[in-house]
Amino acid sequence: MHRKTLAELAAGLERREFSSVELTQAHLARIERLDPALNSFITTTPEIALAQARAADERLAKGEAGPLTGIPIAQKDIFCTKGVRTSCGSRMLDSFVSPYDACVVERFNAAGAVMLGKLNMDEFAMGSSNETSYYGPVKNPWNTATVPGGSSGGSAAAVAARLVPGATGTDTGGSIRQPAAFCGITGLKPTYGRVSRWGMIAFASSLDQAGPMARTAEDCAIMLQTMAGFDERDSTCVDRPVPDYRAALGNDLDGLRIGLPKEFFGEGLDPAIAGLIHAAVDEYRRLGAIVREISLPNMHLSVPAYYVVAPAECSSNLARFDGVRFGHRCENPTDLADLYTRSRGEGFGAEVKRRILIGTYALSAGYYDAYYLKAQKIRRLISEDFRRAFEEVDVIMGPTAPSVAFEFGAKSADPIAMYLSDIYTIAVNLAGLPGMSIPVGFSNGLPVGMQIIGGYFSEDRLLNVAHRYQQATDWHTRTPAGIAD
Amino acid sequence: MSLSAAEVNKIAWLARLAIDDDKVEAYAHDLSQILGFVEQLGSVDTGRVAPMAHPLDEAQRLRPDDVTETDQRALFQAHAPLVEAGLYLVPKVIE
Repeated sequence: MHRKTLAELAAGLERREFSSVELTQAHLARIERLDPALNSFITTTPEIALAQARAADERLAKGEAGPLTGIPIAQKDIFCTKGVRTSCGSRMLDSFVSPYDACVVERFNAAGAVMLGKLNMDEFAMGSSNETSYYGPVKNPWNTATVPGGSSGGSAAAVAARLVPGATGTDTGGSIRQPAAFCGITGLKPTYGRVSRWGMIAFASSLDQAGPMARTAEDCAIMLQTMAGFDERDSTCVDRPVPDYRAALGNDLDGLRIGLPKEFFGEGLDPAIAGLIHAAVDEYRRLGAIVREISLPNMHLSVPAYYVVAPAECSSNLARFDGVRFGHRCENPTDLADLYTRSRGEGFGAEVKRRILIGTYALSAGYYDAYYLKAQKIRRLISEDFRRAFEEVDVIMGPTAPSVAFEFGAKSADPIAMYLSDIYTIAVNLAGLPGMSIPVGFSNGLPVGMQIIGGYFSEDRLLNVAHRYQQATDWHTRTPAGIAD
Repeated sequence: MSLSAAEVNKIAWLARLAIDDDKVEAYAHDLSQILGFVEQLGSVDTGRVAPMAHPLDEAQRLRPDDVTETDQRALFQAHAPLVEAGLYLVPKVIE
């Protein structure tokens, strides 16, 4: 059953080829057998899963099922889940059991999906390799000496290893797309405001966005259909109708205008990846697309602007972890200041501390204009580059990451080198645009992802563009050796 | 851009974040590198550029000032490290 995509599993459930309980048990057994070597789950929830599966089977029997009813999924451990530990990959929240469900979790529950557990991630979603998790790094199923990417590395590895057909992720600077690329799966970061952030632990509030991670664009469409939509509890959630994502999948691509930004193919890109991206673009030419070179002249400013905006918002958001209301509290504090500083010092790991410190500095008296305000202006320039580009083209294509998955420890001593692994994804968050990563080949036995970027609220178009490629190619069907059976 | 150990300690205090003494130099090094990397933003002329706070330039929604939340204090305090009689306990602030 694990060989089937989410859409195929839904069809199988509808035809009563198997029950949701059987499906759930099969996936739980795979997790138990294979995950000790991968570490993609922080918490498994077999009791909840089986109860949800039984309820789903009843719904299926009554003919009240939707496309996600009875389908096993897993949640990134950044989404609050009522009665289940929600750690965010941090010692700070190691014992935090959420009193409520995130909006995304509520919507999966209402759809009748079955939650298998909570997925590993970089601490507070700050990292590009999953090495900052308090629960230890996730291994890439394609080669366990390499990282799965981050921060949604547990989600990507679990889907790649066929432990779960679909998982949620969040993306602040590339945290859905880069791990999707490293693990050879399909991931979509929606337009900022498309999916509610309510109950999703905040990192950088003007950039964070949740999205689906699965094997195919069709599966991502099914998941996004449930995730997307207005929620008044998130003040930045956009009140706008959600299109039927699956209906648009089959649209033909004749005359589709693709832009290749020359800045995405310059120095620093692995030539093997460049070759595979061009080969994928050629496939689109065969599907009727028209390709032209474009320019995003302020692209080089995106990573530095991000490392002002994101840490500034992080330092503010993470101020709530004070050792008083929830989360880790130090032993025997001598006074209130000692309680705050030591609880936070013990609860947060090194990368989270670095970002809190950078953000605190950037927002401190006398520096706000030079850093945060300046970065917000750069953000406008980057956004304007995209606006101009989308006057000429329908979608932008390029690499998701400059390299394939790297080895553990390769970049952990050099924060800037690690930050640059998100060089092609960060600008999309700064502009608030939707972006996808789809598998387009292999280099040195490791998957390569291509990024597809669209205009605001063009998720239907992105999914359509990705789906048509997946109809014509089979890269998305490849399975890591040793995982297939 | 180079931060001294004393500056790192000052920022850490502003963030109410304890940092081990033997790691202050390493943080000073990393933070200086990151700030050096960010410095390239300064070379761009942004004199007439409006800062962008929201990707879609949406205005903040308003709602009527009605009471919509119910009292869930007991639920929310269930996972607090230390509470008594509905109050969060912290070390004595005033002698």
